[in-house]
Amino acid sequence: MSKRTLNILLPAITGALFVAIWYAVRFSMSEEMRFLLPTPGEIIASFQANGTELGRAALNTAEGALLGFLFATLVSSAFALALSVSSLVRISFYPYLMMLQMIPVIIFAPILVLWVGPGLKSVVVITFLICFFPLVVNTTQGLVSTDRNLVELFRMYRASRPQEIFLLRAPAALPYFFTGLRIAATLAPIGALVGDYTAGSSAGDGGGLGFQAIIYSSQAKYPALFATAAVTCVLGFVFVALVLSLSWLSLHHWHDSYERTDN
Amino acid sequence: MAATPIVEIHDVSKRYGDGPLVLDGLRLDARAGDFISLIGPSGCGKSTLLRLIAGLSPVTGGHLHVDGRTPDQAAAELAFIFQEPTLLPWLTIARNVEVPLKLRGVAAAECRATRDRVLELVRLGDRASAYPRQLSGGQKMRVSIARALSLAPKILLLDEPFGALDEMTREHLNEELLAIRQSQAWTAFFVTHSVAEAVFLSNRIVVMSANPGRSHTEIAVPFAYPRTEATRLSREYHDLVAEVSGLLRSVETTPA
Repeated sequence: MSKRTLNILLPAITGALFVAIWYAVRFSMSEEMRFLLPTPGEIIASFQANGTELGRAALNTAEGALLGFLFATLVSSAFALALSVSSLVRISFYPYLMMLQMIPVIIFAPILVLWVGPGLKSVVVITFLICFFPLVVNTTQGLVSTDRNLVELFRMYRASRPQEIFLLRAPAALPYFFTGLRIAATLAPIGALVGDYTAGSSAGDGGGLGFQAIIYSSQAKYPALFATAAVTCVLGFVFVALVLSLSWLSLHHWHDSYERTDN
Repeated sequence: MAATPIVEIHDVSKRYGDGPLVLDGLRLDARAGDFISLIGPSGCGKSTLLRLIAGLSPVTGGHLHVDGRTPDQAAAELAFIFQEPTLLPWLTIARNVEVPLKLRGVAAAECRATRDRVLELVRLGDRASAYPRQLSGGQKMRVSIARALSLAPKILLLDEPFGALDEMTREHLNEELLAIRQSQAWTAFFVTHSVAEAVFLSNRIVVMSANPGRSHTEIAVPFAYPRTEATRLSREYHDLVAEVSGLLRSVETTPA
C-alpha cells in the first residue's frame, strides 16, 4: 500500500475506533447521566441549531486571534532585531521577557478590561501577550546563530551593518522564526478564546467563542459546548496550516528540513 | 626595474589577547603573480597569516602592506576562499556569486554580466538557478571560487579550500584553478596540508614551524606554467614532493 493511502487510512481508522469507544461509553452510562456526554450526532445537530451564532463567534475570535498574532509577529521581530545587536542588551531584557510570559492572563484580564475596555481590544492584547514570548525567543536565537564563516565573508566584503542584518542574518534566521511562528499559531486561537472568556463582551456584533462558551454553560447546553470546542479546534488547524504553508513557501527551496530523503 | 612587492610582510607578529605568540617575526614579500603555498604543522599560524593579510584581524607587531596600503584600505583588492564553500543556502548559485557585487553596489546589468562570466569560468553556467544543496562538494567549492573572482581581486587568499574533497576532485580543481590563473593576473596565498598540492600549484612554498609560527624555509618550485597532469607524473615533481615532505617532517618533529 502506498504511503499516501496509509497517511489517510490510518488516521481514519483511529478516528472510527475513537468514535466507537465514545458511543460505547455513552451507552454504558445510566440514562440520567447521559447528558454529560453528548453523542457526535447530537453535537452535529447542535451545530445546525446554533450555526449562525457559532459562526459569528468564530469569526470574532479569529479576528482577535489574527490581529494579536500579527501584532506579536511584527513587534517581536523588531524586538528580536534590537536584542540581536549585543549580548548586553539581551541580558538586560531577558528576565522581563520571561516575566511577560509568566503573567497570569486570568488575573491580568480584569485590569486590562479597565485599561482598554472589554471586547476585541482586550482579546487582541491577551493574544499578543501569549504569542510574543515564543516568537521573540526563537527569532532572536536565529539572528544570533548565523554561520560564523558567512559573517566573516560579509565582513571581508565590508558589508554595512544593515546589509549584514537584512541580507545575511535575517534570512538565516527564517527557520528559527518559523519555529516560533508555529508555536504562536497554536497559541493564538487559545489565547483569543481565553481572552474572550475573561474579557469578552457581547457589545457590538457579540462576543467570540469564549463568550459563547460562558452562555452555553450557563444554559446547560452541553452539545453546544462540545460544538464550540470543535470550532476552536478547526480555527487552530487553520492557523497552523497557514503558517505551515508560509513556512514551506519560504524554506522548501533551500532548507534541509524540506529535503526529500526518499530519493 | 625591480617590481615592488604586492604584499609586504615585515617582522609581523601576532597574538590574540594575552595569549601566546601565534606568529613571530614573519618576513615574506609576494611579487605580483606569485602563487605562494603556506604549509606547516597545525598551530604554525598559517591560517592566522591569511586573516592578517585579509584585514580580518590586526597585526600585533611589524608591518603588513597590501598593494602599498594597509589590508583594510586594500580590501577591494582581496578575496578570501574559505575551507568551507560558505554559500548562502537560501540563494541560487547565480545570486550567491552576485553577493560581493551587490555588497559593493555594482549596477544590476554589470552584476549579471560578471556573474555569467565567472560561472562560465568554473564551468557551472548551467547550474545558475540551482540551490547550493543540489550541488556536490566540488561544485560548491567552484561556486565559492567564482564568487571570489567576481570582483576581479588582485590577491586571492585560500584557506585549505580543497581539504574536505576527495583526491580526484581535488586534483581536478587544482588544474582548473591554474587554468583560470593563466588568463588572470592574481597573486595567491594558499594554505594547505597537502605537499603534493602545494608543489603542483605554487611557484613558492613557505614551510612554517609552530609555537610560535615562524617562516622556516622557502622553496622555489621551478616548473613552468601551464602545469598539467603530465607535471604530476614527472620525476622532478616527485623528487620535489619528497624533499618538501622531508622538510615538513623535520619541522614537525623539532621540539618547540
